[in-house]
Amino acid sequence: MDRLLFGDNQFFGINHMSEEKARAQAIRFQPTQAIIDVLDIAYDEGIRTFMCTTHERVAEICDHVRKNRARYSEFAFYPCMPYAHKYANAATEEGMFGMLKRVIPKEGVFNALFRGGMSLASKDIDGITTLLIDAEMKMFDGLNTPVIFLQNVVTDLLLGLGMTDAFHIFAEHVRKRYGAEPGFITMNLPALLDMLDKAGVDNPIVCSNINKMGFRMCGGIEAYDEAMRNRRFRAVAMSVMASGAIPPREAVEWVCARPNLQSIVFGASGASNIRSFRKMVDEYWDKKLPDTLELAPA
Amino acid sequence: MIRICVVGLGKMGLSHLSIIRMHPAAQLVGVCDLSKYFLDVLKKASGVAIFSDYEKMFAETKPDAVIVAVPTRFHAGVVKAALRHRVHVFCEKPFCLDWFESNRLASEADEMGVVNQIGYHYRFVAAFQEMKRLIDLGAIGKINHVLAEAYGPVVVHSKGSTWRTQKEEGGGCLYDYAAHPVNLLNWFFGMPERVGSTVLGQIFSNQTDDEVYGTFRYRNGLSAQLSVNWSDESCRKMTVKVSAWGALGKIYADRQECQVYLRNAAVAPAGYTKGWNVRYTTELTQPVWFYLRGEEYSAQLDYFMRCIESGERKNVNSFSSAAETDRVLSMLIDDARSAAQDLRAAESQESLAARS
Repeated sequence: MDRLLFGDNQFFGINHMSEEKARAQAIRFQPTQAIIDVLDIAYDEGIRTFMCTTHERVAEICDHVRKNRARYSEFAFYPCMPYAHKYANAATEEGMFGMLKRVIPKEGVFNALFRGGMSLASKDIDGITTLLIDAEMKMFDGLNTPVIFLQNVVTDLLLGLGMTDAFHIFAEHVRKRYGAEPGFITMNLPALLDMLDKAGVDNPIVCSNINKMGFRMCGGIEAYDEAMRNRRFRAVAMSVMASGAIPPREAVEWVCARPNLQSIVFGASGASNIRSFRKMVDEYWDKKLPDTLELAPA
Repeated sequence: MIRICVVGLGKMGLSHLSIIRMHPAAQLVGVCDLSKYFLDVLKKASGVAIFSDYEKMFAETKPDAVIVAVPTRFHAGVVKAALRHRVHVFCEKPFCLDWFESNRLASEADEMGVVNQIGYHYRFVAAFQEMKRLIDLGAIGKINHVLAEAYGPVVVHSKGSTWRTQKEEGGGCLYDYAAHPVNLLNWFFGMPERVGSTVLGQIFSNQTDDEVYGTFRYRNGLSAQLSVNWSDESCRKMTVKVSAWGALGKIYADRQECQVYLRNAAVAPAGYTKGWNVRYTTELTQPVWFYLRGEEYSAQLDYFMRCIESGERKNVNSFSSAAETDRVLSMLIDDARSAAQDLRAAESQESLAARS
């Protein structure tokens, strides 16, 4: 995994601090070209991984990368699935089964019916889960997706419900069918690590909020530090500036000092912000204490 | 440990189940739903005791508390049964379709001494809590007008039918969406004296309303406008916002932030100055033990558990406060109906006049 991963919240009107700012960003990034322009800036700065939700508009970016393979020879997508609002809105409007009907891909109906039907009959979540994963992965056909993440709403819902098997199924399917590493996004890192242990997912990639304010770090900063120091997993930090509540330099200095941190996800919309963030991370990353890397994760 | 069970495993029930299972003081003793299929999947995956009859679940598991998340039309039945077993009740919003029923259940629960709470989670959103605090402090002086809004992309096609799109089941934009800003208005300002100019309009639905507009009048000269539309695709998800204008300033709040304009530094609350002040969710929100969809969902259930433990019985979002919200919703329905009748009468008079 690269040290820096580029996130997509800023492109899709998601801002945890201000609705006004979120709308302004949604307007700015309505033309897909505006998103591609920013991705190009990041790519040319050496940030080659795009960690993105399986939002329908990401499909257009996928098309662009497929058409320009030479330009993006080292470009990697880390898909984060599912785009939960699509499911939640569909469930409110059409109920649980209507929702499933809507999101399952139209192509490969036989395969879908077979796996879906088998899983319905055996009350096994395996079939339906892998079906949904494949539906979400369709847009990335032929692209480089070395890590596939489960979004936090689903990760944390399954964690709360105690659906241990679902984590195992996700990890196995992602490994076998896509040759990718499974990743999990969560707001509840310590609790999720226990669950992943139980599910037998070894050395998982786990992305969670890690910021100086402790914003949306359930269990608290100390428990996160403790987990990063002593548990076998690969930590990815997101929301390091707590949606802008922490000044960038302070945020980066603090997060780079966390033990065994593997990567940082960040989002930015302009060239100067992307550049200065990368420089800051390089500066503080090099000051990381060597003894904090005792686990030497893969 | 508090022995708790969950009735109804739709969107809200699943979310509550996931959150409460992780609560350090909760012991999940049973879940109940009509979908046998889904129950089996859940039992297989997590080993929880499952029931398709809530009476049986109450009798067999002897819970201390229950979370009720069935379609609104069935709230009263489940809550009555829970009260017969002297169980603390957390019930989804809105409470009942008939506010007389809501009132009856509120008195019954109070007499029984059980915690009774309705899931109006916006009262647990830090920015709205800050707005309430500032209003109570008189930070913007005498308030003359309020605008309470809610928008979101629930029904954006002319198809689909679940209980949420059926009026008789307690669905529709009024019960599903408008109930939230109405509940916030009640929290901030109490009951309106009257409602007027109510519109319950349809955009895509045949069975129920997709938009709700109305004007509220209060005794002290305050007025409020309600503007709600659940067919607004420009919003990524449900967005609730409240703006209040007072003689000494203005307050605006949504889930993310509370923006305050103060005219007079002399009466500004501690930490606030003359002119614009912004408080963001990142600084206002208290951490929760488990996060699923927003701190407010965890916070309201934690509060419910704490009230049970501490013996607090004058809780936020009590049945009686939710009964007031139900009553305002029924005032809106009556007002919209009579306005529609007046319009029809005027139209037929016009056509009569045109013919003669």
